[in-house]
Amino acid sequence: MADLSIDFAGVRSPNPFWLASAPPTNTAYQINKAFEYGWGGAVWKTIGDPVLNVSNRYGAFEFGGNRLVAINNVELISDRPLEVNLKEIAEVKKLWPDRAVVVSAMVSSNPEAWQRIVQQIEDTGADAIELNYGCPHGMSERGMGAAVGQVPEYCSLITSWVTEAASIPVIVKLTPNVTDITKPARAAIAGRANGISLINTINSIVGVDLDSFELRPNIGGKGGHGGYAGPAVKPIALHMLSQVAIDDEVKAAGVPISGMGGVQTWRDAAEFLLLGATSIQVCTAVMHYGFRLIEDLTDGLSNWLDSKGACSVKEVIGASTHRVSDFGDFDLSFKTVARIDEDKCIQCNLCYVACDEGAHQCIDLTVDGARIDPAAYAGVRASLNAGVGPQGPKPQPKVREEDCVGCDLCSLVCPVEDCITMVEVPPERGSVTWNDLVRTRPEVTTDWDAMNAYRAEVGIDIH
Amino acid sequence: MDRSPLSLEQLQDAFTETYPRYTENEAFVEASRCLYCFDAPCIKACPTDIDVPTFIRKIATGNVLGAATTILESNLMGHSCGRVCPVDELCVGACVLGAEHRPIAIGRLQRYATDHLFGVGAMPFEAAPPTGKRVAIVGGGPAGLSCAGELAKLGIEAHVYEKNELPGGLSTYGIVVMREPVAVSLEEVEFVKRLGVHVHTGVQVGEDLDPQRLIADHDAVVIAAGTGKVPRLGIPGEDLGGVTDALDFIAATKMAEKDGLAHLYDVRVGREVIVVGAGNTAIDAATIARRLGADRVTMVYRRGREEMPAYDFEVAFVRNEGVDIRLLTQPVEVLGEAGRVTGLRCVRMALGEPDDSGRRRPEPVPGSEFVLPADQVILAIGQEKHLDLFAKFGVEVTHGYVRSDAELRTSNPKVFAAGDCTRVTGHALTVTAAQDGKIAAAAVARQLGVQVPDVPPGVPTGRPILTQPERPAGAPVGGASG
Repeated sequence: MADLSIDFAGVRSPNPFWLASAPPTNTAYQINKAFEYGWGGAVWKTIGDPVLNVSNRYGAFEFGGNRLVAINNVELISDRPLEVNLKEIAEVKKLWPDRAVVVSAMVSSNPEAWQRIVQQIEDTGADAIELNYGCPHGMSERGMGAAVGQVPEYCSLITSWVTEAASIPVIVKLTPNVTDITKPARAAIAGRANGISLINTINSIVGVDLDSFELRPNIGGKGGHGGYAGPAVKPIALHMLSQVAIDDEVKAAGVPISGMGGVQTWRDAAEFLLLGATSIQVCTAVMHYGFRLIEDLTDGLSNWLDSKGACSVKEVIGASTHRVSDFGDFDLSFKTVARIDEDKCIQCNLCYVACDEGAHQCIDLTVDGARIDPAAYAGVRASLNAGVGPQGPKPQPKVREEDCVGCDLCSLVCPVEDCITMVEVPPERGSVTWNDLVRTRPEVTTDWDAMNAYRAEVGIDIH
Repeated sequence: MDRSPLSLEQLQDAFTETYPRYTENEAFVEASRCLYCFDAPCIKACPTDIDVPTFIRKIATGNVLGAATTILESNLMGHSCGRVCPVDELCVGACVLGAEHRPIAIGRLQRYATDHLFGVGAMPFEAAPPTGKRVAIVGGGPAGLSCAGELAKLGIEAHVYEKNELPGGLSTYGIVVMREPVAVSLEEVEFVKRLGVHVHTGVQVGEDLDPQRLIADHDAVVIAAGTGKVPRLGIPGEDLGGVTDALDFIAATKMAEKDGLAHLYDVRVGREVIVVGAGNTAIDAATIARRLGADRVTMVYRRGREEMPAYDFEVAFVRNEGVDIRLLTQPVEVLGEAGRVTGLRCVRMALGEPDDSGRRRPEPVPGSEFVLPADQVILAIGQEKHLDLFAKFGVEVTHGYVRSDAELRTSNPKVFAAGDCTRVTGHALTVTAAQDGKIAAAAVARQLGVQVPDVPPGVPTGRPILTQPERPAGAPVGGASG
């Protein structure tokens, strides 16, 4: 059984799963319960300046019958009195010395306020501080949260105020509501942050009610942007994580990254680990299903590590980062074609219509090997004799491999497992990347005549 | 034979629709499972070419009115068909999720959609301006109503003549209420009337109206008269009290349901009931008898299981209702005392050589007679053909049915036929009657020089028809960028 324990900038936890700073970490009651279930750590719901909350503070993005594909919220930082939070944090840390107790904080942008809150947090015995530079609603309008995270200079300045005052590790939590996530990450490092966490929630409006024309969530007839989280944001989180993980300045500083954004399962968590996260934070999944998720998160991760021959979670952290690349470095001669397993095919023809109308017109519908026109072909007909059922052949989709560009759309829309596979075929020419061309044949990358000549020379035929 | 021994509450349980209407969320979840196949086999397996994936997707997107419109565009009897179609033999049987998964519940989704449209009273169609043409339709069942509605949509004045007090044919009188309440059938009739169809009930063509007069007074006539009463068995004792026509028996429960389920106490039912026959009507009659509280219901059929016309699901259903099926059993005499049925004398049969229908001919086993006790014998051995009516129209007949071509023209160029009265082979279904009505309406309209929207067979409306020239396989394909 693999060792799941981690060391995050000196903060140890028995497994990499931390509850993210959010409603599930609002009280000692919740965190005690979560630790009883086995969570490795928790980031206390952000404490700081006084706030008041509203009703209808969450909204859901639903898709295809799935609830909470994403959640949107306008809930603010903790609305419980500061001294209550500080007292409970101290009690929890005393009860759970082996777990990571991190406290998220956000106060007005002046050094005294930050240094005061740092002292108050350190007095609780907490293991680390997380600076909430990400909250996109409510606090940002007051010059906090994302308002800081979106301006690298502020990010760096405030981080330095905190790191000067703090004796425990300081983690800076980044907002995804920026064009280049590496800028605030570098700013945090300039402010001597000990760790980075990402992503916070994404600006969003989750929907509009088609009966009342009100926004969702509807707050007394009004609505506005809220923070978007949950399974739907995972690909965005993975991208931003990868960008930070491969950044030279971040790598040089050697600070660990706590990854989050849409983690529901150990599989999601494993992907975050592979792209460079040391700890994994979870919120929406717990808001949906409760703390019991930790059992499969740890069990599944452990079994997966065992199956990969890894003795420890540390062995897989960042194991895929060397593959993170740019288009310019992709091999242009790498080629795949789609192959349909006709024994598995159920003839739904979704690949056909996707290819014919949404991609590159290289799948035919066939009957007995001959191409048919679906508009004119009779196909299956009802049998009007009892017990016989519908009769007649269903057309079979077939790929014309010589025309297939290997775009992968057909296999993505196919509802049958392993029915359409993308098969690598021998390259028709030597490896070359776009960046190679820019270096060696720049005219090919800027002039269509040169491009056409190049294609003729190497045998690329695009219809 | 007496009134039902059951409480009103028990009767209500037994005679309400078997499947409740989907809730909005149930419909959404089921509709969302549909793969939205391209060129889907369910469309082709529907005798009326309903664009099933499109209507299901519309349910999933919350466009339920649009879903119902898609259904009714292809089948004006879609409100009934969603309830009564043997979907396993048709659309559901063709569903690509059927082989290794659970096929989509297309019938229930269809019902969800049409229930919504009829519930809000929407009329999605607009009849074309009047053409001045006038067509008589003989029979107000699914074939006649479908035909009349399609004619009305084309601007042709359609007059339906129905012999019964209520229109709707078997949907109103013949489908057990657990599958289709009378109100559903009557809603469907009202819908067709809103398209401009004139429905004249209580008019028996051939008695009250002269068929030749009808032909002379109209630009065309469509015979959609269905079939008649259950024929006599031709055995002694058939006139004893307690010998019941299955169609009358079912119709009585339909009318009771329409007037309030307490009227089910007006329907006489035996304690020991024998149903003679093994088709859909026999199944329905046996079910009704059980649900009215008969202690024992036995179906007797002179051939074997293979030859039974009922669908497998019907046989399974009726057995589950507690009905006993005695195969290879032929009635030879209805026994009675004081004018009432006391039993049915039967003889066991053995299957011999195939007969004209290709089914093995049953032959009596000598000395094998026995008596089944009964206080009610329900006959469901087929339906009489309206040969007198066909003769009065002067149309040619084959095997007791009106002879017609693929466009449902009869031997008289002004007369067309649709539905069960012209269905020589195969199962007589509501959905095939509806399709017959469409085919006959299109043929009538073309004959009268009225423009019919050109929809090739098998391609439902609402879907673009490819007009581009064929692109040969392997030929250069279109732009590959973006």
